[in-house]
Amino acid sequence: MSYLGYPDFFEPYIKKVEQTRPARVEKRKKGDEFPFMSLEERQEILKHHPDYKGEGRREIKVGPNKGYRIAHEFVDLLEARSRVDPDKVDLSRIDYETDVLIIGGGGAATIAALIAEENGAQVLTATKLRYGDANTMMAEGGIQAATKGGKDSLYYHYLDVMGGGHFKNDPDIVATFVKQAPDALQWLENLGVMFSKFPDGRLEAMHGGGTCRKRMHYCADLSGLEIMRTVRDEARNRANIKVLEFSPAVELILNEHGQCAGALLYNMETEEYLVARAKAVILATGGAGRLHVQGFMTTNHYGATADGIVLGYRAGVPLAFMHTVQYHPTGVVFPEQIEGWLITERFRSEGSDILNVHGEKFVNEREPRDVESARFIKECLDGKGVPTLTEKVGIWLDSPMLDILHGEGRVRTAFVGKWKVYDRLGIDISKAPMLVYPTLHYQNGGLKDNAECETAVPGLYVAGEITGGLHGENRLMGNSLMDIVVFGRIAGRNAAIFVREKAKEGKLTLEHVERYRKELEEAGIITDRVAPMLLPDYTRPEVKEKQLTVSYLGTLR
Amino acid sequence: MSAKKESKNPAKTAVKEKRQVAAKLIPIYIMGKRYEVPEGLTIMKAIEYAGYRFIRGCGCRGGTCGACGTVYRKPGDYKLQVALACQKTVEPGMYIAQIPFFPANRAQYEFADLTAAPEEVFKLYPELFRCVACNACTKACPQGIEVMDAISALKQGNIAEAARLSFDCIQCGLCTSRCFGELAQYHMFQLARRIYGARILPRAEHLAEMVKTINEGRYDQILDELKHVKEDELKKLYQEREAEPMAAGEDWKPKDTRYL
Repeated sequence: MSYLGYPDFFEPYIKKVEQTRPARVEKRKKGDEFPFMSLEERQEILKHHPDYKGEGRREIKVGPNKGYRIAHEFVDLLEARSRVDPDKVDLSRIDYETDVLIIGGGGAATIAALIAEENGAQVLTATKLRYGDANTMMAEGGIQAATKGGKDSLYYHYLDVMGGGHFKNDPDIVATFVKQAPDALQWLENLGVMFSKFPDGRLEAMHGGGTCRKRMHYCADLSGLEIMRTVRDEARNRANIKVLEFSPAVELILNEHGQCAGALLYNMETEEYLVARAKAVILATGGAGRLHVQGFMTTNHYGATADGIVLGYRAGVPLAFMHTVQYHPTGVVFPEQIEGWLITERFRSEGSDILNVHGEKFVNEREPRDVESARFIKECLDGKGVPTLTEKVGIWLDSPMLDILHGEGRVRTAFVGKWKVYDRLGIDISKAPMLVYPTLHYQNGGLKDNAECETAVPGLYVAGEITGGLHGENRLMGNSLMDIVVFGRIAGRNAAIFVREKAKEGKLTLEHVERYRKELEEAGIITDRVAPMLLPDYTRPEVKEKQLTVSYLGTLR
Repeated sequence: MSAKKESKNPAKTAVKEKRQVAAKLIPIYIMGKRYEVPEGLTIMKAIEYAGYRFIRGCGCRGGTCGACGTVYRKPGDYKLQVALACQKTVEPGMYIAQIPFFPANRAQYEFADLTAAPEEVFKLYPELFRCVACNACTKACPQGIEVMDAISALKQGNIAEAARLSFDCIQCGLCTSRCFGELAQYHMFQLARRIYGARILPRAEHLAEMVKTINEGRYDQILDELKHVKEDELKKLYQEREAEPMAAGEDWKPKDTRYL
């Protein structure tokens, strides 16, 4: 039996939400908001954030950031062996030759490819899964840019980004970001991205957590999908952009001048390692949710395993802001089939309340993500979470309010993607609330770069989630989609310029891989771990104990 | 408060029940080979439970990327059905095959040359008119898109309607795999949406204005100053910034206009 599509077990809890709903809707209509926390209160609440758990991290013993304390899951990958013995790789046998090699196949990678090509470069894109299979595809909420001059400006976008990141962000990167954002949005409009618009062409916009102006633009609730499929379509029109699918990079290749000059690719289907030589390289491998930091569920794509971080770090690029990981406040805890799945922040932007087991509000729904998540965790620690059938706890997100506030059918039309998935599971989210809990969502930090997407290695550029600096210690909603567009374009342009003006012919080398191996040895790290991980391993222990092949290579068997 | 107690006990009992339920295994056939998996799992998790590790046929695991298109048939039924492996729950006796790639035709085009004239679409995809309106595409769509209606709209030159109807398309290719006329619907829709977005939907004039204002250097000094403001001062500016109310309409104007 079920109640509104949920098992009976949830009925008493859903009824509490229904009991308090009319009064909450009235408050909402009057503009009566739950008070925001002060900066001091935020700091206090953040003690409940997973990042603040000392036991969740350790010092990394090697590399440019030796001594830096980051999550065990990252250190495990950085203190691991290469997938290959560099001595066995014949770098004189070139399998692929190109101007710009782009590693990754998501938004940042594809946008960089388009701009590099427009700047005259031959582009080769090597990606681990299908072209376009990436976190970009899954971004729902929207894309931030200050576009409405009558009420918004770069000044406010800048302050919002800095405040969200706890004022630790790289100011140069943030300034470039807010300044380029409107132009980037117009570029997307020119490519044919179907933004949600008013009949006169004005872009619809809403608030996100931590914004002081409504500048979150969107394409219904499928913003990332729409952007990704559009830029990918354009890339497929360009003869000078070639794509290699199921071929992740496993090491960067440098040349004798210390420039980045390609990568060693791995054909996951034929299990061959292949040499790609390039005059400049862009790393855009995205995030790391599939590492399941501290055992958290994740919203991320199957391929989000921090590969590029490993490659860049071994080649000498320092890390920035890797000590913070973003937990999105609203990941699905129930139904189990979609556990960890992201529920866009837009539900809250449009006025869905956040409620505990008693159907009571306990936090403003638009605090920055880390604060919001930490507050959810605290509420559950205090015993006020909603129990589930699988020993987990959750918090209610009261979506049916939107149909009452904005008119019947709002949830169905504005959140069509979400509605359909729940509908398939028998739950109508315009009638029943959603049960959520913080879920591993975004890698705030990454490889250190500057506003030109340059790294410590000449000829190596980075863009998108793999970088650290723009978002400081916490990213705001809508700034990741804009991140990939603004910095994908910059990386593409600068890589193409590097090809023309700075790249030097020279002998290829994997010496840095050997050096890194020695450093591990000297630090006393003896391990079987192999990185990059490439794919997560969801094999059951019962199956695993029967997989008796003598030698395993990372997650591949 | 008794609520705390109340919130814990039923959960524990329920978990026990759930565990008993979870122990129930059902047979499924992965590409014809029999495995027993717990009921309630998605096809994707069931395949992993059986011991497979995906390289192809697995993507976002959340129903939006289209990587895990799957065809299945239930015992005693002649009908082939389709689903996304990450979304569909396994059923006893299901025969499962994934279609991780489909070799559909995609037209190459120069986007800048397109004007939104329907003939341009007809020329790029002449097979559009091979559609016999059998509706197999619509039945095959895991997104519930009215695929055939969108194709009909396109045939009639109504690009806008095709774009709107196909907006939820995740390009899994299942429609194409079932198409009698061998149309690659999802590539045609992609073209329609781009034409609609760039050539038919009215442009955002406020966006063009903002880009122009920025290029004229209006904010250069403000940004330059902000970059050098000390953290304490920045915090003060942050806390003092005026917030647009949630309920504000499009016409809302801030009181403080110094930084606009």
